[in-house]
Amino acid sequence: MAVLEILTLPDERLRQVSAPVTSFDDELRAFIADLEETRLAGPAAVGIAAPQVNVFQRIVIVDVSGRKNTPNHGYLVLINPEIAHWEGFEMAREGCLSVPDYTGNVIRATRIRLTANDPWGQPLEFEMEGYEARAVQHEMDHLDGTLFVDRVVSRRTDLFRRKVYQKAGQASGQVAGQAAGSA
Amino acid sequence: MADWYMLTLVGADRPGIVAAVTQAIFAAGGSLGEASMIRLGGNFSIMLMAAVDGGEARLSEALAPVVARLDLRLHIDPAAGGLHQHLIPNVQVRVTGADRAGIVAEITAALAEVGFNILELDTDVAGDPQRPFYLMNIQGFSDRPLEELEAAVAPTRASGIAVDIAAVETLIG
Repeated sequence: MAVLEILTLPDERLRQVSAPVTSFDDELRAFIADLEETRLAGPAAVGIAAPQVNVFQRIVIVDVSGRKNTPNHGYLVLINPEIAHWEGFEMAREGCLSVPDYTGNVIRATRIRLTANDPWGQPLEFEMEGYEARAVQHEMDHLDGTLFVDRVVSRRTDLFRRKVYQKAGQASGQVAGQAAGSA
Repeated sequence: MADWYMLTLVGADRPGIVAAVTQAIFAAGGSLGEASMIRLGGNFSIMLMAAVDGGEARLSEALAPVVARLDLRLHIDPAAGGLHQHLIPNVQVRVTGADRAGIVAEITAALAEVGFNILELDTDVAGDPQRPFYLMNIQGFSDRPLEELEAAVAPTRASGIAVDIAAVETLIG
């Protein structure tokens, strides 16, 4: 077990796209234990993603069970997570272990349906809402090199960035239908 | 690091104000800190932290041509604080109601009375010019229970102004 070093902006490594996990072995599970230890060592983070500790694999941990009156699924290790469905939008303030001394308002889907693998490679499926859904979306962004600062909106105007459909081969990696950024 | 100054610039809104102001500061060897800029009633307003060797004199000299060309009013003060002094808001107060004099004064006085620290505030007047309504959004910090804040604004609420007070939580991920 070890507390790993957390990459912080403007470190360009945070912008990398992470690769899917293919080996569900003891090495993976040892890394997950270190990742969780790192999350707990920081300032009250409800989640952490592997790229934040310089490991570019699609692994996130989320645990909002410590928050009062919050629907949750407890301590979650999500490997190769995919959002299959989302609905609703809500703005709330976020911060990040990788972005010290800054918080900002971000719009996220309020309900999501999610598939993933557990640390042994078994399939998982969740429906989640609210704070837990927000935490998962925040962490999953890291897997594509996106940080909440890329999605911060003006509280005054609540602007949604107009969606731009790009030609094939120029996809930005942005999830279609997901709102992001202010003007 | 040179000392920080707080610059206030206001003038009739037009394209190019921000570019001209920041270019002049950059050309003078200055750097920028936190800023808040917004169009208010057809004017563009800038509150900007800047630091430059040579201080206030160097800043006014550098900005003089821009201020003259764009017809801006410029004010410079030494800024006591520095960067990295952020406070994270934990309470949001939203106010809407038929426009009348005194709404902001009443609510902010009530909140100040219970030690509420306003970190961000914006207001607007919207609606029909004949029937205007007032909107105010505050984000701030309070270490008192929400019930105390609710009680503080109760008189304003009783006068027909909607006041919504909610905890805001920052998700750290």
